[in-house]
Amino acid sequence: MSNFFNKSDLTRQDADKIVSETLNNCDDGELYLEESKSESILLDDNKIKSSNYSSDLGFGFRAISNEVVAYSYSNEISKDSLKNSSENLKSTLKSIKGTYNHEIPKSNKKFYEDINPIEQKTLDSKLEVLNKVNDFLRKKDGSVKQVTASFAGEQKSIEIIRSGGEALTDVRPLIRFNVSVMLEKNGRKETGVYGIGGRQSYDDYLKNDNWKNVCEEAFRIASVNLKSKPAPAGEMKVVLGPGWPAILIHEAIGHGLEGDFNRKKTSAFHDLMGEKVASEGVTIVDDGTIDNRRGSLTIDDEGTPTERTVLIENGILKNFMQDRHNARLMNTRSTGSGRRENYRHIVLPRMRNTMMLSGNQTQDEMIKSVDKGIFAVSFGGGQVDITSGKFVFNCTEAYEINNGKIGSPIKGATLIGDGPSILKEVSMVGNDMMLDPGIGTCGKAGQGVPVGVAQPSILIDKMTVGGTKL
Amino acid sequence: MVKDQEFLKSKASYCLDLAKKMGATDASVTVGHSISETVNFRNKSLEASDRSDGLALSIETYLGKRRSSISSSNLLDENIKTLIEKCFETTKITPEDEFNSLPDKNLLAKQISSLNLYDETRFENDKKIKYLKDLEESASSDNQIINTESSFTENKSNFILANSEGFCDGYKTSSFAASCVTVAKDENSMERDYEFSSKRHLSDIKQASDLGNKAAKQTIRKLSPKKIGSEKISIIFDKRISKGMLSAFASAISASAIARGTSFLKDKIDQQVFANSINVIDKPDIVKGMGSQNFDSEGVNSNTLQLIESGILKNYLVDTYNGKKLNLKSNGRSGGTTNLYFEKGNISYEDLMKKNSRSLYITETIGHGSNLVTGDYSVGATGFLVEDGELKYPVNEITIAGNFKDMFKNIILANDLEFEYSVNSPTMMIEGMTVAGK
Repeated sequence: MSNFFNKSDLTRQDADKIVSETLNNCDDGELYLEESKSESILLDDNKIKSSNYSSDLGFGFRAISNEVVAYSYSNEISKDSLKNSSENLKSTLKSIKGTYNHEIPKSNKKFYEDINPIEQKTLDSKLEVLNKVNDFLRKKDGSVKQVTASFAGEQKSIEIIRSGGEALTDVRPLIRFNVSVMLEKNGRKETGVYGIGGRQSYDDYLKNDNWKNVCEEAFRIASVNLKSKPAPAGEMKVVLGPGWPAILIHEAIGHGLEGDFNRKKTSAFHDLMGEKVASEGVTIVDDGTIDNRRGSLTIDDEGTPTERTVLIENGILKNFMQDRHNARLMNTRSTGSGRRENYRHIVLPRMRNTMMLSGNQTQDEMIKSVDKGIFAVSFGGGQVDITSGKFVFNCTEAYEINNGKIGSPIKGATLIGDGPSILKEVSMVGNDMMLDPGIGTCGKAGQGVPVGVAQPSILIDKMTVGGTKL
Repeated sequence: MVKDQEFLKSKASYCLDLAKKMGATDASVTVGHSISETVNFRNKSLEASDRSDGLALSIETYLGKRRSSISSSNLLDENIKTLIEKCFETTKITPEDEFNSLPDKNLLAKQISSLNLYDETRFENDKKIKYLKDLEESASSDNQIINTESSFTENKSNFILANSEGFCDGYKTSSFAASCVTVAKDENSMERDYEFSSKRHLSDIKQASDLGNKAAKQTIRKLSPKKIGSEKISIIFDKRISKGMLSAFASAISASAIARGTSFLKDKIDQQVFANSINVIDKPDIVKGMGSQNFDSEGVNSNTLQLIESGILKNYLVDTYNGKKLNLKSNGRSGGTTNLYFEKGNISYEDLMKKNSRSLYITETIGHGSNLVTGDYSVGATGFLVEDGELKYPVNEITIAGNFKDMFKNIILANDLEFEYSVNSPTMMIEGMTVAGK
């Protein structure tokens, strides 16, 4: 746990006083203090290419009245600096008065340990794993032409001070281990990428030589792509595999259900609450409470304990994801979804672990039911236009389906669909829900935050596949 | 006020001295300070203000051919000392890499000329508010516009780059940026579009009303889009998308992608990679240029580079480390391109639009569909169907796909190049791409 008050002339009493005095005439707000330590170690092109350590310390001071949010941050935690920020907030809100809302729910649950993963494994042993990865892959097959492997670890300590002196704290570990391999055969080059991670120590993920499985998976994806043919172009049936392909849910549905876009009525979903937005049997939740998951949080960045929020239940739209600001303006409560990348950024309602729950069909049944379509197993990134509802994601491993059978692998192609209608095209939901391996980062308004996704296999009756083969 | 050169220099030399004292054979340090203030408006009233004030420090220490780095925002001497100790301890156990070194001394920038990158004008928040009021007034004049969001950001930065070879220089830069996002709605659809202006000097920023009007117009014309069938068709890329082709090209010729062998343009120097009418230039010394610089992020002098001459690839973007690997001298592109542009073509925008009786005009793409290893390209797109030179109707929920290797050789550029951003392109046509729709 960081002590933010032994670093300069700023005492806790000073901070409490400035916070209370600044926020008393506001509707909400807080002082957010953050200290983060992070490392990244990269092996590339047969060498340890870089090892970087970074430490960051700062505060973000927020005051909200009515619809106006004033924010000021600094990386100098001192009395003067906090006073300057206070003046800056007051000047923005000078003519707007509010009544401070003191209510923050309490919980004793914790979803990860207070550890610093960077210190739990020596640099030497991290370098050793990276070198083993390189040797293992290069010896595995002559077609391996490039190997990149990396460790990224972080410990972030936060403290939230609210008007009246209430203080809330959290210590958040996060790690990621990633392997990328490029193969070259008969003049063709293809890459495969795989990674694992979450809010535990490196060795929780790497025990029993688990790094080998990560290597094998990256190699397998690259090998499949070496045999890929041009992807088809046009509307067809799409079977999505379980786990990481749930970024479809994240892009198509998740962003459109974030509170801010719905308060502003710029989301294609803003007038669909209580309506049927998905096929029967489709239930989607956003859950911040799964132990050690990348998207889990004990408390969000406003201090609200996270929860499991049901977004869509059996096809019906039930809830949006809310931070305190948007919840207050929409007369509802925060769902513990207020997040920020770091102290330099304002809080926005964001996803945590977004999951479609299992149904009772099998992947086999889905494939067998398709005459012509594609089977998509792994994806790169995705993106959505909240307003029109159109979203895309990029396949990194996919196959043709012909007459109920999986055929040749196809080249990476973008899939495009319409968020509000895509889930009505879901005609089968599998019984094989899987969590992703812990690698997702979601971007919104220039802020990246770690997230998770999960889903079973699903069959979508109609989607546009952006290949080159007509 | 942004911290002055003297303050940053004193921090930089404190770091270098300390690293040397601990036994580092070489070191390099960057210290920067940046202040930015943003005001956000929504539907003609104030929505948020945001002030940021941040110091940043990054240090690399060398022990012979071993290297590691640290970065921090905490510039207290005590913290710097702890971090440099940690950095140097890490350096000691990091394996040697024969290509690690500071840049060659004779390539470092000797004297820096003024590129007029700093405008000290202070645009108070009250003035930002007035600007945004005018902007949103114009943006919302049509009743199909149901939401407007706009912002004005003022930024002032200063930095010093110093290394143990004696290089120590830096300069102030400023930027002013205004942007507007509008949402329009009709009985069939809801659409969003935007416009922005970003300049080094306040007086060069577009007029508020022009910006608002343009955003609104671009949004309204997207209403009630249709989905078209899958076909091969000529595609015309609006300037804001065609410049993305240049950015993809720049990533593919970075020395790091070339050295790692992960670029479809590896070993293509002196070969035809674009149509022979195409020239691509990277020019670091444009006065007030958004991408202008006196030297790159290692202190290496950067000169104008002709990257593509008559369609032929002439240069990679080379930094010190990857240059040594490729046996090339750094050309001052550690950190990438500066002001990158296609030279203008010789056909007017109107003639380009009329070149085919039917084509597709793309105004926005979504997704990360560029694979620089294979050159494969596939993205979601929004735009208009063009018939006989006119925008007939808006189109969405389609993808466009091809491979950069073929696309680059089929580019035709209009003569409407303007220097607005750090990457600039005229309107572009590419024939023979695949559209996937219905």
